[in-house]
Amino acid sequence: MNDTVKTTALFGLVAVLILGTGFFQSWNSALGILNMGLISAIMAMGVNLQWGFAGLFNVGIMGFVGLGGLATVLVSMPPVPAAWAAGGVNIWVALLVGALSLAAVILVRSRLPQGNLRAVVTWVLLIAGFAIYRSLFDPARDAIEKVNPALEGYLGGLGLPVLLAWPVGGLLAAGAAWIIGKTALGLRSDYLAIATLGIAEIIIAIMKNEDWLARGVKNVNGLPRPLPYEIDLQADPSFVEKAASFGLDPVTASTLYVKLGYSVLFTIVLLIILFLMQRSLHSPWGRMMRAIRDNEDAARAMGKNVTRRHLQIFILGSAICGLAGAMMTTLDGQLTPGTYQPLRYTFLIWVMVIVGGSGNNLGAVLGGFLIWFLWVQVEPFGRWLMELVTAGMEPGNALREHLLASAAHMRLLTMGLVMLVMLRFSPRGLLPEK
Amino acid sequence: MDILNTLVLLANFVFVPAIAYGSQLALGALGVTLIYGILRFSNFAHGDTMAFGTMVTVLVTWLLQSWGVSLGPLPTALLALPFGIAVTAALVLWTDRVVYKFYRKQKAKPVILVIVSMGVMFVMNGLVRFIIGPDDQRFADGERFIIGARDFKKMTGLDEGLAIKTSQGLTVVTAVLVVAALFWFLNHTRTGKSMRAYSDNEDLALLSGINPERVVAVTWILVAALATVAGVLYGLDKSFKPFTYFQLLLPIFASAIVGGLGSPLGAIAGGFVIAFSEVTITYAWKKAAGYILPESLAPDGLLQLLAVDYKFAVSFVILVVVLLFKPTGLFKGKSV
Repeated sequence: MNDTVKTTALFGLVAVLILGTGFFQSWNSALGILNMGLISAIMAMGVNLQWGFAGLFNVGIMGFVGLGGLATVLVSMPPVPAAWAAGGVNIWVALLVGALSLAAVILVRSRLPQGNLRAVVTWVLLIAGFAIYRSLFDPARDAIEKVNPALEGYLGGLGLPVLLAWPVGGLLAAGAAWIIGKTALGLRSDYLAIATLGIAEIIIAIMKNEDWLARGVKNVNGLPRPLPYEIDLQADPSFVEKAASFGLDPVTASTLYVKLGYSVLFTIVLLIILFLMQRSLHSPWGRMMRAIRDNEDAARAMGKNVTRRHLQIFILGSAICGLAGAMMTTLDGQLTPGTYQPLRYTFLIWVMVIVGGSGNNLGAVLGGFLIWFLWVQVEPFGRWLMELVTAGMEPGNALREHLLASAAHMRLLTMGLVMLVMLRFSPRGLLPEK
Repeated sequence: MDILNTLVLLANFVFVPAIAYGSQLALGALGVTLIYGILRFSNFAHGDTMAFGTMVTVLVTWLLQSWGVSLGPLPTALLALPFGIAVTAALVLWTDRVVYKFYRKQKAKPVILVIVSMGVMFVMNGLVRFIIGPDDQRFADGERFIIGARDFKKMTGLDEGLAIKTSQGLTVVTAVLVVAALFWFLNHTRTGKSMRAYSDNEDLALLSGINPERVVAVTWILVAALATVAGVLYGLDKSFKPFTYFQLLLPIFASAIVGGLGSPLGAIAGGFVIAFSEVTITYAWKKAAGYILPESLAPDGLLQLLAVDYKFAVSFVILVVVLLFKPTGLFKGKSV
């Protein structure tokens, strides 16, 4: 079977699965799977860029996705003037002081010769910087969080169109990736893994606890949308009329319309990124990246700056994850830092890349769709399976109750099994790198 | 008196919790470091191995409790521990045979094994949630305190009380016993020596007739025992929740790396470094400062450097600092 046929067949399978969901369950859930599948595919491409092209082991995807979500709030929510008046300026001054004292420490350490003087100056700068930072930061934070805490209590955003948040999410993630890459990329692969795992936890911890920034675990609801609201559509007579001509009631039609709108937007982003990735994969730059991945020493001997290239690709891949994170938060319409969990946002993306085929962009896209479909459908399937298994038991039997209640946890088990089976029997994925 | 009060205060809120937590981290890090030394990869499934071992122990504990068996003042979980270790050992040996062995034969790169261990992590995590569910489970019984705060105050006449939980005392005693046994095993038995030889130089060890499969099997059994003990102690001290165990991965890896991956002594040192930093940096020093400093200098704020929710950040920052200045860790570990 040649490659084109195989690729077409596998993508055809995805189409059949999604259409099947539409016919047998509901079109709403089919479009839901399609939309999250598109977002997952973009995340998987970001990870594929890092792992498939350059062999960088990033397990901090959750953090970049979270930053993308944060960007959505910061860009699209209207600003809260009272909070800005209460301490908006002070809090940024405090953060600036903190950043400056860190910069001063780095400067001192690079300029002064090693010795007691340098150690003393470093510590003095660190302690003094921290003390000043906290003395400015704490009152400003408390003042902001006191402003209408039930609804606001944060600085709000810039009130710009939400679509602008998508590239900004990418930029924010890229900035974080630059800082991480600068410190951690020189390290060995497993150290980089632990470092990224840690940074992702820290980013999520910041999003959960810094209420002045994005309300923390109190969540930001009602993010602006790039598409019309269902209610407005249902009130629009021409829309209702058009829906009736398709034989749909207005409520279903409006939800489908909105979801389809998102699908179109996400597909455009996916196609742009896919196009750019394919071009870069087949460009001299892409060949250089694979050369570095396959043999760093040889590439270095050829005069390639391996560390810089790694940093570059780490930033690019993370930016794509940030973009996808912003898209996801826009789709949800709310930012809920409490729901970010590494198994879902980091390791699941890895399963997608491994199953799809690392080093192959189409593979990553395919993996994104397939694994997301599986992730959603395993739960109803697991319940059905458990009902079948327990059908012979009496109702009220403790084991039966337990099995039925635990069906929801089949997901992780299935994902792990899929990943292990894939790694064992087809380690290069469904669509291997050419 | 103030000095004594300060000391007791710090002992109560900093030293005792940090020593217990440090012992738990050290046991966890020992498991990670052993796998790294012998099998040469970072095992992402370690947190979930701990969760699995603890789950088995919890289930056996409940069974024993329902039979009315108890250890008096000590938690019943101690009786169940051997069963937990045995089942976990069986599971990891089986995992090794069906999963890891294939890649070892292929001489796969370490990073492939790390990805494989991610798959194992998913399966174990799912298994634990499937069997016991994702919720908090309490299984501690017996005497709650070795010494309570009120008794301590009555005994010494100080203003500050010192409370030592049974689980904390038990953690330290068990950790000391387990570590002593492990070091005796590694340094004085034939199998232990062959393990160290294998870890130092695989080819030379193979040449001198050491059976690699045996070394690997013994390693997995030791790791299962360490992970289960660490997990049960942590669960007795706090509570058992599968997700928390998954999150312990970060401080455990930080301990192992800070100490130097592959070095057992380093893993222990690293565990205590991480635990003490986490506890001291997230502790509110206001009261302690109030005792020592004169009235005029008494602080207004809590004097807490970081909120408790940022304890991950602490282990992470220490990790990065150590890696930047001493890439092989405090005790010279491996750097492959």
